[in-house]
Amino acid sequence: MTDAALEIRGLRKTYGNGVEALKGIDLTVEEGSFFALLGPNGAGKSTIIGIITSLVNKSAGQVRVFGFDLDRELQEVKRNIGIVPQEFNFNTFEPVGEIVVNQAGYYGIPRRDAWRRAQRYLEELGLWEKRKEMARTLSGGMKRRLMIARALVHEPRLLILDEPTAGVDIELRRSMWEFLQHINCDGRSIILTTHYLEEAEKLCRNIAIIDHGRIVENTTMKALLAQLDTETFVLDLREAPQRIPNHPDIALRALDPLTLEADIHRGQNINTLFHLLDKEGIQIHSMRNKSNRLEELFIRMTQLDGEHGKGLRAAS
Amino acid sequence: MRPFHLQEYWTALRTIVAKEVLRFSRIWVQTLLPPMVTTALYFIIFGGLIGSRIGDMDGYRYMDFIVPGLIMLAVITNSYSNVVSSFFSSKFQRHIEELMVSPVPNSLIILGFIGGGVARGLAVGLGVTLVSLFFSPLAVHNLPVALSVVILTSILFSLAGLINGVFARSFDEISIMPTFVLTPLTYLGGVFYSVSLLPGFWQDVSKLNPILYMVDAFRYGLLGTSDLSLTVSYLIILGFIGALYVFALVILNRGIGVRS
Ligand SMILES: Nc1ncnc2c1ncn2[C@@H]1O[C@H](COP(=O)(O)OP(=O)(O)O)[C@@H](O)[C@H]1O
Ligand SMILES: [Mg+2]
Repeated sequence: MTDAALEIRGLRKTYGNGVEALKGIDLTVEEGSFFALLGPNGAGKSTIIGIITSLVNKSAGQVRVFGFDLDRELQEVKRNIGIVPQEFNFNTFEPVGEIVVNQAGYYGIPRRDAWRRAQRYLEELGLWEKRKEMARTLSGGMKRRLMIARALVHEPRLLILDEPTAGVDIELRRSMWEFLQHINCDGRSIILTTHYLEEAEKLCRNIAIIDHGRIVENTTMKALLAQLDTETFVLDLREAPQRIPNHPDIALRALDPLTLEADIHRGQNINTLFHLLDKEGIQIHSMRNKSNRLEELFIRMTQLDGEHGKGLRAAS
Repeated sequence: MRPFHLQEYWTALRTIVAKEVLRFSRIWVQTLLPPMVTTALYFIIFGGLIGSRIGDMDGYRYMDFIVPGLIMLAVITNSYSNVVSSFFSSKFQRHIEELMVSPVPNSLIILGFIGGGVARGLAVGLGVTLVSLFFSPLAVHNLPVALSVVILTSILFSLAGLINGVFARSFDEISIMPTFVLTPLTYLGGVFYSVSLLPGFWQDVSKLNPILYMVDAFRYGLLGTSDLSLTVSYLIILGFIGALYVFALVILNRGIGVRS
């Protein structure tokens, strides 16, 4: 068995000011994945990324990157990761090309080689013409792409992007997505954090949802979307049913003799459920909508202001 | 598992130093020019106008006596301020993260910043020396001593600047040390006078000032005259370099000021 691209066990972080940002995170990202870490602002996404990239000290837990331990094999961990941070972190008074080439230098790549690689990635990201311009003259989207080129120049096996499309307009967002998919097809594992559901949905095969420093969901995108398509009702019964009926569109489960749970596909008539139970002679005493953690999460997220909130609403 | 090869360390170090040198060269009007202008003024006012009334100092024309000290003053302040401002601004603009996420070990980061500080210190030192030629013939009594003292001093103050940069949280905090500690110590470190002129008590107090030893050793290298023991001066300089290096390494490894 090959080592996972990323394996996190029991990761905790309490910042100096007492904020408990991570409360025990377990996460595995398989090699070759395109993985989304989804969660509202302040959930702890950047803290996780910060720890993996050694910009934040962890309080407890284990991190392994391709089997290399963050505490014991830091150089190997660093060599295998490329990071595109949430906030711009290059010298705005340095020329675009220099930024990428210097980064290669820090990884021990000689200058001539570094320029060749810089050219390849800057060309692919449409920035080669700008190589002599000061980074501060770039637009927001170009700055983001500059950081992607910088993250790839040492050809890491795992590329991590923290909110890569924040401040990038829709056109550019799509071409960035295409680029990332192309990079992923080449065999590079990708993790991106976002609070923008559409982005995760379009790109990622696997997803973890984080909220208040805890992983609340870790599944495939398919399963997640399927979950979003159903609504769960809790039915209190007058007496225990003889048997539980089957229906192609309604999944029924007994929680205890007097309680049933029903998953109903959205768009399905709730009457169907009543008919089904009626036929079996099952009498419903009361019924309520099951509050779904995921559902709650998304509702709360859709109440976020602005662009991202709208994005989530459109997708859900 | 592949260790970082020597060749790769070398490339990384060269990259950092080249970047640092480019940084201060790009803004040479702020970094290289002012010390030369200031020193020219010192020469004209202290050396020329006032110095002619002072007469000899330790057996040298006053103008000739202050040249080594003024070169050292320039080297010290420029090495220090190069590293402190470069490190602080890389923290402020967050591009220190470029180095922190890379496999470059902290010892190499320190060496890289020292490289930049020494390059600026020596460039300015050379510039000031050239300016001094207009006022005083250049004497070189012992070149190896002069060069080694100036380079070691530059290393020492690059390290001090780095430490200041690590701890600084605001632009104010990067000018406090130079203004309130470095400049006074340098002025009182025998740049403008021989400590032998001071009354006994103040001579003893002066000997607590490490900069005195550096200026004195450098003056010996150029003029051949000194108030203090050369060996003691070297030991003090090397001792400070060792201690500051270890301290810088410890605080970088702890991630002070850069890692939360
Ligand atoms: N450097 C820091 N010092 C103190 N608290 C922090 C720091 N960085 C983040 N936090 C807090 O940690 C929590 C998680 O933040 P973050 O990881 O940035 O979330 P996300 O990236 O998901 O928006 C938040 O409550 C945030 O305020
Ligand atoms: Mg974040």
